[in-house]
Amino acid sequence: MNWDFIREYIPLYREAALLTVRLGLMGIVFSILTGLVCTVIRYYRIPVLRQIASVYIEISRNTPLLIQLFFIYYGLPKIGIRTDPAACGVAGLTFLGGGYMAEAFRSGIEAVDRIQTESALSLGFTGGQTLRYVVLPQALSISMPAFMANVIFLLKETSVFSAVSLMDLMFTAKDLIGLYYETTECLFLLVVFYLLILLPVSLLGSLFERRLRYAGFGN
Amino acid sequence: MSEPILTIEHLTKQFDGRTVLDDVSFSVQEGEVIVIVGQSGCGKSTLLRCINALEEIQGGEIRLRGQPISGNAGKLAEIRQKIGMVFQNYELFPHLNVLDNILLAPVKVQKRNKNEVREEALALLERVGLKDRAESFPRQLSGGQKQRVAIVRALCMHPDILLFDEVTAALDPEMVREVLDVILGLAEDGKTMLIVTHEMQFARAVADRILLIDGGGICEEGTPEEFFGAPKTERAKAFLKTFSFERKIRKEGMKVPAEE
Repeated sequence: MNWDFIREYIPLYREAALLTVRLGLMGIVFSILTGLVCTVIRYYRIPVLRQIASVYIEISRNTPLLIQLFFIYYGLPKIGIRTDPAACGVAGLTFLGGGYMAEAFRSGIEAVDRIQTESALSLGFTGGQTLRYVVLPQALSISMPAFMANVIFLLKETSVFSAVSLMDLMFTAKDLIGLYYETTECLFLLVVFYLLILLPVSLLGSLFERRLRYAGFGN
Repeated sequence: MSEPILTIEHLTKQFDGRTVLDDVSFSVQEGEVIVIVGQSGCGKSTLLRCINALEEIQGGEIRLRGQPISGNAGKLAEIRQKIGMVFQNYELFPHLNVLDNILLAPVKVQKRNKNEVREEALALLERVGLKDRAESFPRQLSGGQKQRVAIVRALCMHPDILLFDEVTAALDPEMVREVLDVILGLAEDGKTMLIVTHEMQFARAVADRILLIDGGGICEEGTPEEFFGAPKTERAKAFLKTFSFERKIRKEGMKVPAEE
């Protein structure tokens, strides 16, 4: 192992990791928002929008992120929508993550018994208040494990960003291998940096899940 | 008689074309306690669910203090505040502790002062023997305790009428008493209540009037004395018979161990 090489390129990897984390987090936040919007649309069974949401969720979950990115990066400019690579990465991740988040939230909402809603309605809550104070708090805590799995999944999926020439971790590693043939060292750094990003998230997730587990214990 | 609190006129309820309640009419006066009995599946729970519009009805009208409940979607949330409902399986909110379960609706729906409601809630909890459990979560309580909390939660909304839907059916026998005692106490306070139950002894003790529902309608109605002492209809007699046991008569030739 060439430790000097590793030491020399740690700063470059750090830069790349920051980009991965920054774009990943943005994508995750927008995924959550997209997922929530889809969830609310489907909860209220809003006509037309509901069908659109379902089609979107199926497309987003059943096509690879690489293809989605290519569509956004090479396809959209053909109809006049031009994006820079970073925006393209975030948009792609959001397109993918929104579907996954919507499914996670839906499973949580479906796990809340219908009679909990009736119980709230009988106390005089409106539909919106019922969703806000009774259904969503329970649903979100039930969907926490699926939610955390999605967060980790999306962070890992950022490795595809290299395909649209974003200088993320994957891109950096491939680039350095191409330049110097220090394959072992470059891949070693790549694995270490992904672990540095993902392990804390994973641990935090478990902690979160344990704290939020109240709704799983019946009423 | 004064204006009734609750009026039900010619109520018809169908599930997918199957008629569950057919032309049911009765009214509830202020302070009256009415117990509804009947076999499982006769529609008594459905009747309660129709009253606070958890079920749509296919005919007739239900009015609370003259205000129509059915087909009044705009005012439904407001009307439901006046109708307290206690469910068979408690339906406390599992993510909130006892006190927050009770405070949520008065504070968020009725916009009342939180401290004032808290004091009232604690006083009511003390009355049902649960003041020390105010900070507990529902999962930490027994069934009987949860049901008493559910009653307090309904009471804190100051409803005009309380609906009890088989509130002891899911409880272990030794916990039934603690819940029924609370309801008896409310009856003594003059609360207006509509109670669906299978506890006949309790029905006899608490009711001003008993309604027997069978075949989609009210087939017998009377005071507890009339209903249990001298049922008028065959169906009422048959229903009451299902609650009594006769001494087993042994077939001849069978050995009885005790006599050996």
